Amino acid sequence: MPLLMPVVLAGLLFSIGAYGVLARRNAILVLMSVELMLNAVNINLVAFDVWLRDELLAGQVFTLFVITIAAAEVGLGLAIVLLVFRQRETSSLDQLTELHEPDPEADAATDAAPEPVQERAS
Amino acid sequence: MTLVEALFGLLGVVALGSGLLVVTTRQLVHAALWLVVCLGAIAGCYLLLSAELVAWVQVLIYVGAVVVLLLFGLMLTRAPIGVSADLDAPPMQRVAAAVVALGLAGIVVVSSVDGFRGERIELSSDDVGGSSAAAGEAVFRSWVLPFEVLSVLLLAALVGAIVLSRREIGTEDRTGSRTALPPRDGDGR
Amino acid sequence: MTAVYVALGAPFVAAVVGLLGGRTWPRLVVPVAVAGASVAFLSALVLAGRSVAGDLYESARLADVPTGGPPIGIDLRVDGLAALVSVAVGAVALAVQVYSIGYLKGDPRYSSYAALVSLFTAAMLLVVFADDLMVLLVGWEVMGVCSYFLIGHHWEQEGSRASAVKALVVTRLGDVGFLFGIFLLATTVGSFSIGQVLGFDRWPEHTATIATLLLLCGVVGKSAQFPLHTWLPDAMAGPTPISALIHAATMVAAGIYLVARLFDVFLLAPATLAVMAVIACITMLGGALAALGQDDIKRVLAYSTVSQLAYMLAALSVGSAVAAEFHLLTHAAFKALLFLAAGSVIHAVGTNLMPDMGGLRRLMPVTFATMTVGLLALAGVPPFAGFFSKEAVLGAAEETAVHHEGPAYAWTGWLVLVVGLVTVAVTAAYVARLWLMTFFDRTRSPVAAHESSPVMRWPLVLLAVPTVLLGLVGLRDEWLPDWAAATVLTVGGADTLSAEQEGVAQETLHIAPLTSALSVALAVVGATAVWLAWRRAPASDPTAELRQRRALEHAFFVDDLYDRAFVQPVRLATRAVGWADDEVVGEAVRDTGRGTSRLSEWVSRAQGSTVQAYLTGLLAGVLLLVAGVVTFAS
Repeated sequence: MPLLMPVVLAGLLFSIGAYGVLARRNAILVLMSVELMLNAVNINLVAFDVWLRDELLAGQVFTLFVITIAAAEVGLGLAIVLLVFRQRETSSLDQLTELHEPDPEADAATDAAPEPVQERAS
Repeated sequence: MTLVEALFGLLGVVALGSGLLVVTTRQLVHAALWLVVCLGAIAGCYLLLSAELVAWVQVLIYVGAVVVLLLFGLMLTRAPIGVSADLDAPPMQRVAAAVVALGLAGIVVVSSVDGFRGERIELSSDDVGGSSAAAGEAVFRSWVLPFEVLSVLLLAALVGAIVLSRREIGTEDRTGSRTALPPRDGDGR
Repeated sequence: MTAVYVALGAPFVAAVVGLLGGRTWPRLVVPVAVAGASVAFLSALVLAGRSVAGDLYESARLADVPTGGPPIGIDLRVDGLAALVSVAVGAVALAVQVYSIGYLKGDPRYSSYAALVSLFTAAMLLVVFADDLMVLLVGWEVMGVCSYFLIGHHWEQEGSRASAVKALVVTRLGDVGFLFGIFLLATTVGSFSIGQVLGFDRWPEHTATIATLLLLCGVVGKSAQFPLHTWLPDAMAGPTPISALIHAATMVAAGIYLVARLFDVFLLAPATLAVMAVIACITMLGGALAALGQDDIKRVLAYSTVSQLAYMLAALSVGSAVAAEFHLLTHAAFKALLFLAAGSVIHAVGTNLMPDMGGLRRLMPVTFATMTVGLLALAGVPPFAGFFSKEAVLGAAEETAVHHEGPAYAWTGWLVLVVGLVTVAVTAAYVARLWLMTFFDRTRSPVAAHESSPVMRWPLVLLAVPTVLLGLVGLRDEWLPDWAAATVLTVGGADTLSAEQEGVAQETLHIAPLTSALSVALAVVGATAVWLAWRRAPASDPTAELRQRRALEHAFFVDDLYDRAFVQPVRLATRAVGWADDEVVGEAVRDTGRGTSRLSEWVSRAQGSTVQAYLTGLLAGVLLLVAGVVTFAS
């Protein structure tokens, strides 16, 4: 079979996974999208291994390792999600905004327009 | 177009389609189930590529364990059953993500096509490179050290998951059903 | 020349020491200031002695200042005119310094005051001894600045601040024309040196007239003539010794001195002389009439100064620099005396207003006596000094009018003569009014008045001496011209004015008997009229019944006119500019700030606050890089 078939499949699947990581709000959905991406990489590995007829079967062995690591990662990732869920009652990534600069508007709830300049001294 | 190619194409389409559904469906549990379909299709692709061990390990681990874990996670985080409107990021973010994803796809596909145009994978029915025997031999001969390290990694992951997700016995529960026991020295048991 | 350097240097050093060290060593302030003034006075006396003894003319060049155009030289000269005027300056400065010891006792700013008075003395002497137009201008302007500081001595009072600014602004207005006049002279002659200006004989048509008219602007401003006279009455807000120094003897006389110094150029411009005569006559009579309507004793003296300066200007306008110099000297003496005596009265009674005074004749005998002497001199009563000098002025006018002598047109002579005589009557009237209201009848003041301290009394007595005796100088027609000779550097000795150019200055004093008798008679008439009005109601103002009293008190509303025409529009414009700055420019700035903030808010909203947003950005960047590498690195 043409090498392009698995390679293109892998590329497209990877992009779909990337979209999912960037566009989904629920943390667990993001984890699912990460799995998609990892699978895409696996396909690539296997395809190239078969194409190259590697003696050491490096590609396929590496794929096994990736699967293992992916499983471990999902376990840990879920543990973190559960921890966050316990604290915040939410698993929505939108609510995790500690990295963001504090807004002059306190929350999305209180949306008063701030007064950015000082009143001129009379 | 040989049979293998046709089947691979079909399974590829199934994988892509279900992958798309995973990232776009409005029902949380359906996403997990579509993920099963996708992973299964990929396992089929592996089989067609004569990587047998990988295929069955994929089914075993991914479909069997990972997806179950994900379902557990959904359950423990009170995932809404049925259609829920707020699974996606705000539209602006989605547009940006789509643009980036399309860009990514474009670049990867174009550069791959440019690089590997015309290459063919030679599959022979008598020399199955990815059979279990061959793969097992490779793992336990050439790759035994990474294999062992990987098991240590799994141990670390296990410990980590437990540490992260345990609760102190006696601390107030969010759901408020447990009565508080007096704190004791050391780890509560 | 040594005496000149000493006379200039001593008060300047005193000023520097006083300004720098006055706060650190307050006990030094008085000795340093008085020493500076004394040394200047003594040096001036030395110079005057040499001038009386024989011909005095010296000059020296201290430095060259090359400019792109006419060169400036730091030149000094001394001759009879400079010597005599410097004596007047030194004498009054010394009297003022001594008097201030008593008058400003306890004033917290005394050290800077004394230092500024010393600086002022040095500046006036610089004007007197200057042989270069730029050096003269430097002295001129420094005087103006010192006057500003000294008028505003009590700067915590708004009146003082306003008066100081008004004085500065009005005189500066005149100084604009002055500056251009200097430039015109210098570019025509090719140098700023006064000697060269005086000796120049190739004046193009009308240049002398234009230049002298421009110089006249500065004279009118500095010497408080119409229409730039409004600052002098308001400058009375300053301490009285300052009024004596600046507004009697020195600064206001600087304009007259300038015309006398550059007289040869003025002689070439009869048109300017005519303008001068008109201005002088308006000021003369107007000032005297305004003095008649003032309640504040210092304002009476201020308007009187304006009027007397007009006499000097009138003398110059009919071609007699000698008469102007004579009147300058006597006026310095008696006006300084009058101001210091008025200061003594104010100090004792606590108010400037004459309606609140009265009966001080018995309570302050020395002040009464000296002030009477000064007032008699002012009114022009023989044998006091003022009589002789005023007669010199009127005599010069008569020469021009009747005998057609001198460089001015005959009609200017008639104008000066007639207006001068009328003013004599009005002068006597306001003199009598002041005298009667202040010293006679019973005391209207609630404060118990007493004679002032010796340190304030002695200057009065000392100034009374020249007030009485200086007139004797005029007894011989040629004494003063010889002593006060303003040496002219003319090429070839005699004056080289061409035939069709104007006449020579009147070189000697003319005191005509008929005019003198007439003026004495008019003085008596004026004084008697006031005395009669006063007798009817001794406790009140003799001029209260006059119909035009309000016009007189407001000096014919000239100041109000200026206020409406200039001050109010400028204030309006200021408010408009302030409004525009705040509302337009300020709003623009604030809007820029607000706009930027809003833009930043909008941008920050577009930038997500989630990790996914950051990841998106990251990934997009990476993609761009990869695309770049893939495209260009092949």
